[in-house]
Amino acid sequence: MQARHSIFRTGFVHAALIAYTLISLFPVFLTVINSFKDRNAIFRAPLSVPTPQTFSLIGYQTVLGQGDFATYFQNSFIVTIVAIALVLLFGAMAAFALSEYRFRGNTLMGLYLAIGIMIPIRLGTVAILQGMVAANLVNTLTALILVYTAQGLPLAVFILSEFMRTVSDDLKNAGRIDGLSEYSIFFRLVLPLIRPAMATVAVFTMIPIWNDLWFPLILAPAEATKTVTLGSQIFIGQFVTNWNAVLAALSLAILPVLVLYVIFSRQLIRGITAGAVK
Amino acid sequence: MGSLQLKSIRKAYGSHEVLKGIDLEVKDGEFVIFVGPSGCGKSTLLRTIAGLEDATSGSVQIDGVEVGHVAPAKRGIAMVFQSYALYPHLTVKDNMGLGLKQAGKPKAEIEEKVGKAASMLSLDPYLARRPAELSGGQRQRVAIGRAIVREPKLFLFDEPLSNLDAALRVNTRLEIARLHRSLKATMIYVTHDQVEAMTLADKIVVLNAGQIEQIGSPMDLYNRPANVFVAGFIGSPQMNFIDGARLGDKTAKTIGIRPEHLGLSRESGDWKGKVVHVEHLGADTIVYLESEQVGLITVRLFGEHRYAPDDIVYATPMVGSMHRFGADDRVLA
Repeated sequence: MQARHSIFRTGFVHAALIAYTLISLFPVFLTVINSFKDRNAIFRAPLSVPTPQTFSLIGYQTVLGQGDFATYFQNSFIVTIVAIALVLLFGAMAAFALSEYRFRGNTLMGLYLAIGIMIPIRLGTVAILQGMVAANLVNTLTALILVYTAQGLPLAVFILSEFMRTVSDDLKNAGRIDGLSEYSIFFRLVLPLIRPAMATVAVFTMIPIWNDLWFPLILAPAEATKTVTLGSQIFIGQFVTNWNAVLAALSLAILPVLVLYVIFSRQLIRGITAGAVK
Repeated sequence: MGSLQLKSIRKAYGSHEVLKGIDLEVKDGEFVIFVGPSGCGKSTLLRTIAGLEDATSGSVQIDGVEVGHVAPAKRGIAMVFQSYALYPHLTVKDNMGLGLKQAGKPKAEIEEKVGKAASMLSLDPYLARRPAELSGGQRQRVAIGRAIVREPKLFLFDEPLSNLDAALRVNTRLEIARLHRSLKATMIYVTHDQVEAMTLADKIVVLNAGQIEQIGSPMDLYNRPANVFVAGFIGSPQMNFIDGARLGDKTAKTIGIRPEHLGLSRESGDWKGKVVHVEHLGADTIVYLESEQVGLITVRLFGEHRYAPDDIVYATPMVGSMHRFGADDRVLA
């Protein structure tokens, strides 16, 4: 009885997860199949897979030929990677200070840093733009990197400080007795131990940055600083949209983020379950 | 090389006082054990000596040099932790050598010292392994090795055996005793286990609620406990405490007598009682009896004895084995 019951339950859980997976993957699937079809086929039968008659690489040819997509990819990569690196570095440092040292206002500081999770950074867009204009940073990748670092830090500090509390005090003290500086303790003892948490934060930080259209459009719309997401917009016109090109560009944009995800995902799964069972 | 002096050490977290004025002197080469119930401040005291915690007031001197503001690494100490605290990403060899490497010692010297410590602890086959690939006992030996390599003036042990199982605990205890003899180093050791304290120490410091209750050799504490707390804490099974008035003693509030200092007979004796429970341990037999005159008392007999619950027996204290304590719980001269 017990066994049947649990089979039913696991079956239900699996069904729910599979349904969710299908719903999540369907738009991606649709984007990818349609990117390999000619224009007529996209509109006539949007749900069918490419056949020899409808197969066409026109979208990819347009994207790779017309727009300067290599630059866009490069921009997206630079912005995402540098922002993740900065978020992880500063987030981990702040988290270490909050979890390791007793000082006046510790809790308040933690709350202040975490409050950013609840307040969307876009509310400050006008002020950010004015600031960037004043600092002469409009149309630079630096502007995007700064904004995304700020955007990612609250969650990073929040997650990482929770994880850092689980690192044994004895270990840090052993390091102090062996003559490690506080910086070495942080970089050589603590960081390697919270790698799963770092991967979790990296993925959660990376995806919104890679997909963002808002800040590239406002802060760095120049040709030289366009990101992939913004770059694909050139194919969307007010009256005519080159769907082949848009779909091809979006399909291409999925690839790098997929690669980064695979790199982090092994660590990520450990990170999520570690948080769940503690 | 390796004396320690503590003068009126106080430590408070906010308004909560953990250490209430500790004075202690440790001579070179002594093995001193801090023992006491959990929360008595013994670990805090050890951390204060190590420099991992700052005392609120008071002075710590190692070899006559004030070290209150000296970083842990510069105090000439080494510490072994209860949780081993090995660096998980380093091999055994690197774990043991890290302290010297940080101090900027030449590679050959590190190699030699690590090798010597490893052979002392029979860790040679494991030098290339990581801590995760070792058993609990081996990990603790690595932690001890890491301390030896530093050749410190003071070894500090923070409950090093608590995470080991019983058999391993005895082995490691012997190993530490052997180490103390061969290194002739000053060692300070924290434990809540009185057996460890009695077997290892030259000098035991009994702590309770942030204060030193008594300092003395194991046999001093056993034979001449200064107060009721020490009398109850040292010795197992615990000393019997009997209300002085029940024995007709006008001056002593409490009278203590150890279970092993009571004789038992079926025919005659001082205190008549009924057996409540018997524990047969092979080497010892522990008899609990309820006596009209002195209440529930424990008797420890050597060897095997055939007593059973509800037997009527007589207990007699050995001559000169009674400890008399006054109204302030201190021993009466």
